[in-house]
Amino acid sequence: MTAARSARKGTLVAVVSTLFVATLLAIAIGSSPSWPLVQKAFFDGTYFSTSLPDVVGAFFINIQLFVLAEILILPIGLLIALARSITNPAFAPLRIFATIYTDFFRGVPSILLIYVLGFGVPALRLPGVPKEPFFWALVTLVLIYSAYVSEVYRAGIESIHPSQERAARALGLTRFQALRFVVLPQALRRVVPPLLNDFIGLQKDTALVSILGVVEAFKQAQILKSANFNFTPLMTTALIFLVITIPMTRLVDRLAAKDRAAQQGGAR
Amino acid sequence: MSTTRSRIAIGQTTRMAVVVMAMAMFLAACGGSAASPSASLDASCAKDKLALKTAGKLTLSTDNPAYSPWFQGGNEGATVWTGDYNNDPAKGQGYEGAVAYAVAEKLGFATADVVWIHTTFDASFAPGAKDFDLFLNQVSIKAERAEAIDFSSGYYDVAQGVVTIEGSPIAGATSIAELKTAKLGAQIGTTSLDAINNVIKPDTEAAVFNTNDEAVAALNGGIIDGIVTDVPTAFYMRDAQLTGGIIVGQLPSEGGVQEQFGIVLEKDSALTACVSAVVDALKADGTLAALLTEWIADKASAPVLK
Repeated sequence: MTAARSARKGTLVAVVSTLFVATLLAIAIGSSPSWPLVQKAFFDGTYFSTSLPDVVGAFFINIQLFVLAEILILPIGLLIALARSITNPAFAPLRIFATIYTDFFRGVPSILLIYVLGFGVPALRLPGVPKEPFFWALVTLVLIYSAYVSEVYRAGIESIHPSQERAARALGLTRFQALRFVVLPQALRRVVPPLLNDFIGLQKDTALVSILGVVEAFKQAQILKSANFNFTPLMTTALIFLVITIPMTRLVDRLAAKDRAAQQGGAR
Repeated sequence: MSTTRSRIAIGQTTRMAVVVMAMAMFLAACGGSAASPSASLDASCAKDKLALKTAGKLTLSTDNPAYSPWFQGGNEGATVWTGDYNNDPAKGQGYEGAVAYAVAEKLGFATADVVWIHTTFDASFAPGAKDFDLFLNQVSIKAERAEAIDFSSGYYDVAQGVVTIEGSPIAGATSIAELKTAKLGAQIGTTSLDAINNVIKPDTEAAVFNTNDEAVAALNGGIIDGIVTDVPTAFYMRDAQLTGGIIVGQLPSEGGVQEQFGIVLEKDSALTACVSAVVDALKADGTLAALLTEWIADKASAPVLK
């Protein structure tokens, strides 16, 4: 049996088994006596098409929010990771601060933080302190996700074998130069897939800004849902999020595969 | 299919009965003698013929927390509706609490046969069987909503009001035009949002909160300039939730159509016709008006903004 024939046979088996499972699922769901009821409440064509323009329009707020947050998180996360990696005892306060920061902001639920910052800080009515919900949602996401991302960076930095740094130092590079020109370039390449993974989580979490009254995609869907007592607009929103996140998850998979291949030196 | 048809038949009979009853009462009123409304309820609405969730019990429901003036009387001894400002609906106090027990009584239930359960707003219209017989939660009657659930006749005529706090840009506003530049907030799922968009039409998009409590927090924080809510709730916010709260006024009804709160029932519920007949009877015999005077009369209207 040639490799090509074997591959064709593999594809055929995959298609048949997928179709079989999908058919079984469709029959199981469709045979439920209340399926028409659920279909009308969650998958109504008319409510889908009427909600689409409103939800897409509101989704621009989500896009603004995650693009701005991602731009801020990349450098902040790196700085925190570096602060945690410094071994010089003189910088102990910095390392302690970075450790507390990552422990706290990874541990606290984002929904609680957005409540406290978004409603609590404006209530102080301090002059010059912004009260816009968008601002506080951005702050919340940056605080929480830079803590996650800093850990991703740190894992990347620590995955570089110590011999790399020692070799660089032996060549006469300073500690900083070794980090800047030898360790970081290798570490950053390695962390791209897990970094994008965190960003997918971040994109979905932009819906949290709705807590503060901002009408973004999820809130817009909730408004339409409550106005008509039909849940279809929520499905519309889910679809829009998937349209954005699925290409990104595919990209993450491809980058990870490429990285694996590169590390194995082309051997398959 | 046959059950659906028979339900429709019951509905039609009841509606006809209601019309006949209304005419009879009108004639009786003209004649100067009061009719006895309980005697005019359709025989199919007798207590033992009602299709109830739990036999012999009327299962009522509302959301948690339950706020004044809709529910009052505190929550001593309650296990579900707990916490400051929350009220146990089983006290039968507050406008909706009192209406609920008036409906129960008219259907033939003693106070002891009434059971209260907690249902969230979203769960009240999610597809499938409901745990409650009747859900009273200031739900406005709308044709689109009636696709998912049944509504009884309206038991309360709603007006939307604007509430703010001292120091807000709209604290001294006396007209709708003065509200156009304001950042207004409303609770999600309410027709208050429709009132902002269709009656006030502000320059800035309205903020929409998951609960009224969050709208209050946003008003306190200066994130929004004012809240639009039903008038009794606006008074409640001013009196109990806000420091320096101010009622700006009441909004005219949208397009001249009177908005009403209705009791929510499961879609195609066999109870709907009977409950509507009961609400109509309570309206006709003046019970609803009396309860309104008892619980919210002083908080039911504010100067109408032009």
